[in-house]
Amino acid sequence: MKLDSLIPAPLRKPAKPGQGNGAKGAAPADLKTEPERPSDAARLGDRAKEAPVDVLAWVDQRTAATGFLTGMLYRKVPKGTNWFYTLGSATLFAFIVQATTGVFLAMFYTPSTTQAYGSIAHINNDVFLGAFVHGMHKWGSSVMVILIFLHMGRTFFFGAYKYPRELNWVIGVVLLILTMTMAFTGYLLPFDQRSFWASVVGININGTGPVIGPYLSDFLRAGPELGATTLSRFYAIHMLLLPGAIIALIGAHLYLVVKLGTTAPPWMRAERPKVADPTSRLEAGGHP
Amino acid sequence: MADDADKQNGAGASPAERAKPDPPGYFDGESMTRRRAFTVAVQGLGGVAGAAIVLPAVGFAVAPIFHRGKERWEAVGPVGDFVEDTYRQVVFTETEGIGDAGKTTAYVRRGSKQLGENPKEMVAVSNRCVHLGCPVRFVEAAGNFICPCHGGVYDFQGKRIGGPPVRPLDHFQTRIRNGQVELGPRYSVTSQLEPVRARDPGEFTGGIWEYLYPPRPSTFPPP
Repeated sequence: MKLDSLIPAPLRKPAKPGQGNGAKGAAPADLKTEPERPSDAARLGDRAKEAPVDVLAWVDQRTAATGFLTGMLYRKVPKGTNWFYTLGSATLFAFIVQATTGVFLAMFYTPSTTQAYGSIAHINNDVFLGAFVHGMHKWGSSVMVILIFLHMGRTFFFGAYKYPRELNWVIGVVLLILTMTMAFTGYLLPFDQRSFWASVVGININGTGPVIGPYLSDFLRAGPELGATTLSRFYAIHMLLLPGAIIALIGAHLYLVVKLGTTAPPWMRAERPKVADPTSRLEAGGHP
Repeated sequence: MADDADKQNGAGASPAERAKPDPPGYFDGESMTRRRAFTVAVQGLGGVAGAAIVLPAVGFAVAPIFHRGKERWEAVGPVGDFVEDTYRQVVFTETEGIGDAGKTTAYVRRGSKQLGENPKEMVAVSNRCVHLGCPVRFVEAAGNFICPCHGGVYDFQGKRIGGPPVRPLDHFQTRIRNGQVELGPRYSVTSQLEPVRARDPGEFTGGIWEYLYPPRPSTFPPP
């Protein structure tokens, strides 16, 4: 038949054996000869709708990120998890604020003893929103120090530092020290009277440590007196050395949080196992 | 066996030696496997490469500890300006290159016979409090140096008489050139006013403290 040649072989209804209904391979009479096909525009629209999914799928196929991300974002948290558990994220948020505002402050700041004070005055007085961004960085540093202590207090009082999370406590302590160093080195940068004398006092407190204290002071000042190299040294430590170290350690900190999970608050009691427990039914007055 | 033959590395061995085979992976007479030898060598090279990067960088950052700047003298006024019973306040540059931030204040007077000093020499007392480095002020009426930060009090010679300071006020070296009084490097003193190398504020001087707070290479020898 002529129709046979038009219909592709897989679409032909196969003849039932032994019935001999029609010629072998003949199509049924009600088969549509011209199936409806979507227009080019409609097909393009469908492709466009799927484009974001396609892009994500392309990335996912090459990174297998969804498994990791769903595992991290939909991980189970214990019953009793409450607002105190957000203090770590709050500290992280404070750090992100510091990092972001710090990058934009660096666009206008000059780490030179003769120009530092002037450049800060310029940021505060002339630059659009400069006082706001500077203020966020200045007050944000205090916020970060306060939050990191609250987070540490939560961890301590909830007993969340115990096995197997000791290493994460140690990393957290290092992060606390780095944050304090960050606050200390950042304090000198405006190079006004308060900055100058606070740094003099801070370095001298460092110097009172026996044996290595005097050398530590010389290292921090880059010499016997606070001078031009002290400012550039503090600047380099503040915006190159410490941020990198803090970001790396935050990564390790979060990895361990996800890997080990969080603890329930100490007032939550462990649930009874769900398997049948005859004694519990006896206590409840039922039959064993 | 073929493996045994390989281990011999072609060298003929007596049956007695054959009876005591080397551990697997070792060729005859070798103390470590090839794999282990290459691992150690590559790790060693990595260590050398790492040290080549890290050591200069650390040295660069640490070098200022061992560097002593040029000795600096500055004239602060004619000899006739200074008397022995009170101080005259002078401002001079201690650290160059940072403008006003590098200036420091000294209180200068002539040596007092009554206090057992040489009247031909000048005494220059630093205004840097030896508690934590705040600037002290000489209060004429009391004849004392008083620190505004934490209440340190020093007597006329700069000896501590109250508050948290740990030693007498620092001094500057003095000399007279062409009728001008010149101030030089800073030095610290013990509680008996014996000169020692300059220490930072907060550090004790004299006795065992000379070892607990060792002198820094960046400071000048005392007069």
